[in-house]
Amino acid sequence: MASAATPIISLNGVEKSFGAVRALRGVDLACHAGECIGLVGHNGAGKSTLMNLLAGVFPAEGRIEVDGKDIASRYSVATAQAHGIRCVFQELSLCPNLTVAENARIMHASLRGFGWRKRAGKLILDKLDEVFPGHGISASDIVGDLPIARRQMVEIARAFSVTTAPARLVILDEPTSSLDAHLASQLLAYVRSFVAKGGCVVLISHLLGEILAAGDRVVVMKDGKVVVERPAADFNRTSLVAAMGSVAHDEGANAATADTKRSETEPRVRVAADRQAGGPELIAHQGEIVGLAGLGGQGQSEMLIRIFDAAGKNARNVTVVGGVALVAGDRQTDGVFPLWSIAENITISSLRRMRRGPLIDGAATEAMAEDWKQRIGIRTPDMNNPILSLSGGNQQKALFARALGSDAQTVLMDDPMRGVDIGTKQEVYGMIRAEAEAGRTFLWYTTEMDELKHCDHVYVFRDHHIVAELSRSELTEEKVLHASFAEVA
Amino acid sequence: MNAEPGFIRRLVAKPWLWAYVAAAAVWLVTILFTGGRGGGEVLTAAFTFATFSVIVGIGQLYVVTLGPGNVDLSIPATITLAGAVATKVMDTQDGLILVGLIVALACGVAVGCFNYALIIILRIPPIIATLSSSFLIQSTAIAYGRGIRIKPPAALADFTTAQVLGMPVLALCVIALAAVMEIVLRRTVYGRWVTAIGQNMRAARLAGVNVGRTRFTAYVMSAVFAGLCGYLLSGFSGGSSLSMGEEYLLTSIALVVIGGSSVAGGYSNVPGLWGAALFLFLVVTMLNTYGFGAGLRYLSTGLIIIAVIVAASARKATR
Repeated sequence: MASAATPIISLNGVEKSFGAVRALRGVDLACHAGECIGLVGHNGAGKSTLMNLLAGVFPAEGRIEVDGKDIASRYSVATAQAHGIRCVFQELSLCPNLTVAENARIMHASLRGFGWRKRAGKLILDKLDEVFPGHGISASDIVGDLPIARRQMVEIARAFSVTTAPARLVILDEPTSSLDAHLASQLLAYVRSFVAKGGCVVLISHLLGEILAAGDRVVVMKDGKVVVERPAADFNRTSLVAAMGSVAHDEGANAATADTKRSETEPRVRVAADRQAGGPELIAHQGEIVGLAGLGGQGQSEMLIRIFDAAGKNARNVTVVGGVALVAGDRQTDGVFPLWSIAENITISSLRRMRRGPLIDGAATEAMAEDWKQRIGIRTPDMNNPILSLSGGNQQKALFARALGSDAQTVLMDDPMRGVDIGTKQEVYGMIRAEAEAGRTFLWYTTEMDELKHCDHVYVFRDHHIVAELSRSELTEEKVLHASFAEVA
Repeated sequence: MNAEPGFIRRLVAKPWLWAYVAAAAVWLVTILFTGGRGGGEVLTAAFTFATFSVIVGIGQLYVVTLGPGNVDLSIPATITLAGAVATKVMDTQDGLILVGLIVALACGVAVGCFNYALIIILRIPPIIATLSSSFLIQSTAIAYGRGIRIKPPAALADFTTAQVLGMPVLALCVIALAAVMEIVLRRTVYGRWVTAIGQNMRAARLAGVNVGRTRFTAYVMSAVFAGLCGYLLSGFSGGSSLSMGEEYLLTSIALVVIGGSSVAGGYSNVPGLWGAALFLFLVVTMLNTYGFGAGLRYLSTGLIIIAVIVAASARKATR
């Protein structure tokens, strides 16, 4: 670590408020060349605000020095870009109607004149090849058509690509939330090599393993302040969770390991096996938590949408008994109503049972919103605030509340823990378990091994087909990985 | 904290406020010229003519709320068709007034179903679908009515021109209608669904909203209101004519926008329609009063509309 040298950027007593909400209450942080800073903290601790500030998205009070010069008053996105400070946002910032190459051009204004599209395409593909070998993305793909994992890969590669302005400090906000384990490890390896060449990376993640593996220094934020700052080597998982201020649970301890015999009764959800490819059929009974595993984007989300659409209809090959609700993982595209309040976002799926005569019962919707604010811990002074006033993780909690608060007997979860902090995750796992015991059925697409341990039964997907079926006693990381990669390995 | 500032703050935050402020200002400037004389008559006329545009504006507002690309361009043709069919069916007989109304509304239902069939079955974008269907509807009206002007039943003509204390009875009915449609938009499941679809159609589907039925209902509603407008308008103006709907295409869209609703959908209000309709009428009256020529009148109308929209959107941004 080159701590003696001038930091690329340093913050001194920086504060930022949004209306009555004080997002940052005096933050000190210095980013040096050749180090990777792991930034952790609960949802709403101020991590995303801090990185927006570093990227120059909005101004703040306090002292901001870039290369030793105080430029707080003049700091903007353009200044940040000129000094090689790049940002990969949690809510991706690509234009969905443009191609991968065109999106690369947006950041690199020097790509002009004849053949800019070709040069932009080469620039971004070279970087993709370097960070994610075997990524399968083409420069002429329309970004909106790509699944979220690939969009994230493009966004990451774009942040690291270099034309006239250098890339010295790259801030990654939850970069692996949409990536599976394989892609995440590719990214972390690249981060280490970037740092070794003298770059600086600020890595924000709720996956503490990543922070400990890739970070040189760990910065813990809580309630808009930096509360702990120490070398990563000083931490282990438990002490890091403790530093964030929540009690460490041994994951999987509360997940029973005994196999429960699968019910003989008629299942809630049955998806017939693919006639050409063969493989097992997908079955979910009352009170079961069924995991859909495999690498990211292998058809798990599509399967959930198929089941969702089949509910209440006579669909071919898919039988669903009772109502279904869905927790979206890609919350911008599939979940949030951006112009509405938190309360309106939560109650939309339950309005039909909260009517008095032809009108919606305002008292009932308010009660439901307040109830879920308490139960799932949404951090807001008022549930009538706009949903976009919440941090990403808290928006995700609202989507959970929407589905769990509905009367649907089956809940489909499409990689729902993106951007949710570890404390909340534990609470939500507990909630899911309790709801399942009360008779609800869950279908849960996740790429996290830790989350699969909460499932009663797991189906592994590869290339849009189910390739393996594992009961809880059979479930091991090796088996899931083996099934995920069978043809490649 | 006392209640008054809270009330004012809430009022100022209403997106429809600007349309009413603008209408009142224009009215004041107008009667300033006449020295206070004729103010009441101007208002009566404004309410009379605003009534018809508010009726179609309500339908257009629901369609626009459905989100980007949703707009009903077949409103003028539907007005013409409903007016032509209704006057012919009623054949100047007072006893057939109700039959005429039902026939006019039925024309609306048929047009709405046809529009939505084009949109959903043939996957034509709503702008093109309603534009092309408007040609078909207009041709039907021409073929059916052959351009012969039939007088409306006397009772209908009386009703549409009746006044109480200088206030048109029809305007009072449509104010009540607007109030009901505002409640439908805010306080019913259907209204919430329309607004949800306008913000994010995919998210709405995945939240359990019946997207197809909600959109279908909105398009049928818009056409039915156009049918109602055609029926009343033919009573008001002494019979139907083939160009009677013309001006209502741009007016209906302008009302939605000036009234403070978002053209991009998902954020709408009905009260603004009345403010906007009065404003549009009063602007023309004002410019006429001051003796502006046609060219200058169009120019000023355009500039004033732009000014109101800018003022309203500036408010939204600072909120």
